[in-house]
Amino acid sequence: MKETPLSNCERRFLLRVSCELVSPKLNRATEGILFFNLELSQMAAPAFEPGRQSDLLVKLNRLLERCLRNSKCIDTESLCVVGGEKVWQIRVDLHLLNHDGNIIDAASIAAIVALCHFRRPDVSVQGDEVTLYTPEERDPVPLSIHHMPICVSFAFFQQGMYLLVDPNEREERVMDGLLVIAMNKHREICTIQSSGGIMLLKDQVLRCSKIAGVKVAEITELIQKALENDQKVRKEGGKFGFAESIANQRITAFKMEKAPIDTSDVEEKAEEIIAEAEPPPEVVAEPVLWTPGTAQIGEGIENSWGALEDSEKEAEDEGGSDEAVLLDDMKMDTATEVSDIGSQDAPIVLSDSEEEEMIILEPDKNPKKIRTQTVSPRIGSGSPHFMYYASLLRRSYVV
Amino acid sequence: MAGLELLSDQGYRVDGRRAGELRKIQARMGVFAQADGSAYIEQGNTKALAVVYGPHEIRGSRSRALPDRALVNCQYSSATFSTGERKRRPHGDRKSCEMGLQLRQTFEAAILTQLHPRSQIDIYVQVLQADGGTYAACVNAATLAVLDAGIPMRDFVCACSAGFVEGTALADLSHVEEAAGGPQLALALLPASGQIALLEMDARLHEDHLERVLEAAAQAARDVHTLLDHVVRQHVREASILLGD
Repeated sequence: MKETPLSNCERRFLLRVSCELVSPKLNRATEGILFFNLELSQMAAPAFEPGRQSDLLVKLNRLLERCLRNSKCIDTESLCVVGGEKVWQIRVDLHLLNHDGNIIDAASIAAIVALCHFRRPDVSVQGDEVTLYTPEERDPVPLSIHHMPICVSFAFFQQGMYLLVDPNEREERVMDGLLVIAMNKHREICTIQSSGGIMLLKDQVLRCSKIAGVKVAEITELIQKALENDQKVRKEGGKFGFAESIANQRITAFKMEKAPIDTSDVEEKAEEIIAEAEPPPEVVAEPVLWTPGTAQIGEGIENSWGALEDSEKEAEDEGGSDEAVLLDDMKMDTATEVSDIGSQDAPIVLSDSEEEEMIILEPDKNPKKIRTQTVSPRIGSGSPHFMYYASLLRRSYVV
Repeated sequence: MAGLELLSDQGYRVDGRRAGELRKIQARMGVFAQADGSAYIEQGNTKALAVVYGPHEIRGSRSRALPDRALVNCQYSSATFSTGERKRRPHGDRKSCEMGLQLRQTFEAAILTQLHPRSQIDIYVQVLQADGGTYAACVNAATLAVLDAGIPMRDFVCACSAGFVEGTALADLSHVEEAAGGPQLALALLPASGQIALLEMDARLHEDHLERVLEAAAQAARDVHTLLDHVVRQHVREASILLGD
């Protein structure tokens, strides 16, 4: 019946505490039932998928149960209405909305705050008659809470050399292991749980418990203040709830105030800047002829999609030009295959792929000696693809 | 529980033990022929059975295989007749899952998993009678079973529970002492280095007493180690006699 939003830096939980009258467990006839259910919804993190999270879920749920139920923070005897027949069952459902690491700390704080905040309907028992009052008839009654256990997590790194308190999501992903200590403000330890397969030493555990004591004192104060504030706001009739607690941090203004700028001497300043600047580099307008049939105008490699089809029929030419350009960038550490090509330098095989071998020729050597078949070179410079095809075809001709 | 004195004036507990005394431990290794390793342990009235299969090929999805280490898979099950009232669900409920996870965490740290990459080691533990200290009995039984299977480990993993009553730390709690609602600590220790493989504690304990309880549990775990060591040596001696060496 009470919803409480909680945001812990970027971790957000939404929880709901509800109560109903049920018959008690057989072996605990005069005690109420406390039930916790933590769910990791898929909106919390992309890694949370339905059905994949069972290990983590079990661990978190059990830890929460042990922390809050076994430590007896709530007086379950006070939840008994009629011994052996009717007791209150308090159900705490937690949904994680945004995962920023360290779920268990936030969950424990959320749960204990919700339980402090919760009000259950008033009940009166007269003889055999049990009267349940609605909230309108009688004000709902808070639960009786003995103490507030709060979990503090410690992440260990490098075999216990480094210790981080309250790890966030990234730190959690790379940590060696985790130690969770739940304490209340009276410095009583409610739960300790080590997980993740780290090897601890006794003094590390003792040190962590001291740090936890300090942290828990701070957090308990914060919680008290928040609860008081909420109570005040409710009494005064102000706004409260989930929507109010989400801070609006975005810039939503459509209008910007105009800032005055002095534009009187802009022209003069512009001329000054132009006069002092260096003249732009000359643009080379004439085409550069690399080899017969290959020319380059301007910078960059020309697109030769249209030329591809023509070139496949031709056995010809390469313009080693673009290949040469490519070559400079690529490392050639593959074995060179020497084919008998006369006085030329041995062509260098670029890749080890079984499909094709690309043989690069030096651009300034006369390629005519390689050719065994004279075909008029017509192709312009091309993309590396074109070179590939040409070289493939050429290979088949090489003796 | 009113009127039940956990610690009498003379320092005796409900079952007549002193504060730091363990219950009688009896263990046997190699109880099953089918499994690679098996062990049975009795700690007082708590009886646990552990069986180890492995290292073998990963069953099920190959994608779970770790390229540099073995996968340790632990399952905990407690028989329906193990407690005073019949248990409905022997396994699959949250508590059993959690126990399985904790056992896995303990043994992943202790077994030298780098020696068996891409394989799987299964540890199955069954509690036949639960009289307190079930986690400790499971860990001790599993240690013996892993040793029986010949899987290399860093050290024994010895576990014991401890509690705190009226200013005194008690070692090896029985069910009566656990149910009384006082603080309970379960500790799994590698005795040679004193490193804690798993530490878990329930119920309220003041921070100042933590050290004493930890020390009591550690001492009890070391005593368990002495016993388990003796059991292992005995077993090896018997086996070598049978082989005729």
